[in-house]
Amino acid sequence: MSGKWRAGWLALYRLLVLAAGLAVLEVLCAADIIDRLTMQPPHQIAIDLVHLIASGGLTRPILRTMSNAVIASVMALGAGIVLASIIHRIPPLRQALDLVFSTWYAVPVLAFYPLFIVLFGLGNLPQILIGFMQGVVAVIVSMLDGLDRVPRVLRKLARTQKMTPLETALLITLPAAAPWILTGAKLAIMFSIIGVVASEFLMARDGLGFEISYAYNNFDNARMYPLIVLVIAFSVLVNSLLFRWETHLLRQRGLKP
Amino acid sequence: MTGAAAPPLVSLRNVTKIFPPPAGGGNPVHALGPLDLDLQTGEFFAVVGPSGCGKSTLFELIAGLAQATAGTITFEGKPIAGNVPDGIGVVFQEDSCLPWRTVRANIELGLRKRRLPRAEQNTKVDRVLDLMNLTEFARHYPAQLSGGMRQRVCIARTLVMEPRLILLDEPFAALDQQTRLLMGEEVLRLWRATGATVFLITHALDEAAMLSDRIAVMSARPGHILEVVETGWPRERDSGILEDDRFGPTAARLWRLLRGETMRAADVR
Repeated sequence: MSGKWRAGWLALYRLLVLAAGLAVLEVLCAADIIDRLTMQPPHQIAIDLVHLIASGGLTRPILRTMSNAVIASVMALGAGIVLASIIHRIPPLRQALDLVFSTWYAVPVLAFYPLFIVLFGLGNLPQILIGFMQGVVAVIVSMLDGLDRVPRVLRKLARTQKMTPLETALLITLPAAAPWILTGAKLAIMFSIIGVVASEFLMARDGLGFEISYAYNNFDNARMYPLIVLVIAFSVLVNSLLFRWETHLLRQRGLKP
Repeated sequence: MTGAAAPPLVSLRNVTKIFPPPAGGGNPVHALGPLDLDLQTGEFFAVVGPSGCGKSTLFELIAGLAQATAGTITFEGKPIAGNVPDGIGVVFQEDSCLPWRTVRANIELGLRKRRLPRAEQNTKVDRVLDLMNLTEFARHYPAQLSGGMRQRVCIARTLVMEPRLILLDEPFAALDQQTRLLMGEEVLRLWRATGATVFLITHALDEAAMLSDRIAVMSARPGHILEVVETGWPRERDSGILEDDRFGPTAARLWRLLRGETMRAADVR
């Protein structure tokens, strides 16, 4: 079976699994096994989502959450790449930080939210910082892994081509580590979205997280579930685009059939 | 090892390389020397020796990728001191194609520093692509090419810089025997076409015997030069040399010189 056919079949299987899951939920809701107070049937969630988007009432929270998530992700990516490049050049520093990196995600950053509110108030900054803190270590760890895998011969090639350290980074090491950086970027973006939305639950007066929390407290399922679906759809879309890019890079290098 | 009247292109005098002990403890490793060697302009010079004898260390010293512990190395009369001099092109044993760049973009990398007008750069790259029979693969990525073709891309990237000395570190080690012979013919053709001096590190005695004007045979570690064998081949040659009556005795002489050293190297390991 050729690669294109295999990809087509895989997409079809995924769609079938998703459709089957939605059909089960639809039946459970129709049979009142899941009552309306707990969850709307999937078709109703879809209708509510279209209405909510069409009404324009979600534009502001969507833009706020997305822009905060994008800023947090870009910061995590930029800082992660620079920090990893520095840490990779100083092995004792890397050894010292290894424990921090390996336990980073065991520390609930969100637990510090009272401190963040005291320090930064209820504006965008605390959400962006939490999104950044959630994402940056994933980029650092992946990039360090990528830098470890840059073949020594490519570093020698850079010397024979008389490259400056900046040229070596831009023309050799960063492109060579790109697939690993992209893996880190995927994780960073997901962690940043989670961080931003979760912090909006706790310390914001706007954004999708705040809207979901507000709808939940008011038993407003017609608003809450479409918002959750929207967040999931956004995450899946971003992840799928990055996955396609990663696949393209790996294929270009003969690392994936 | 001197002898020719013309000044040598590369000259090594009392060159020694001792690696310091590893951080965790141990002894320093005396890898090479002291050795003297001259490379004459335009010759095809090969170095053979047992594994671990310091061939690659010698290569890195001449390439300017490492610094000698003692002694001097000069290229065109100027000392090489840990920097790759202009006029030296290097081809490594490992595949050093950049997999994210097309064949053309890989070759263009060599011209980066020259800041040539685009048209002139394209002309140079087209000429090298043609010389290496890579024109129809210019837009391919290295992953779409065979190992032999990827090594040709690496050679092309070196040739586009028009080096006066080409250093080859076991460039065909990963290739099968038939491809090695064909690549050997190609290197001979390029050597004649460019007029460059070629310095080849290899562990294949037949390859050294077929390609080279002179072959240095190295001892087991610490590597020094046991003897330099002159093949006496005409400049116009190809793999047809394998049928020459003198080919067998030349390869046999190399083996005779190397046999004891190879056994000694195995004992050392």
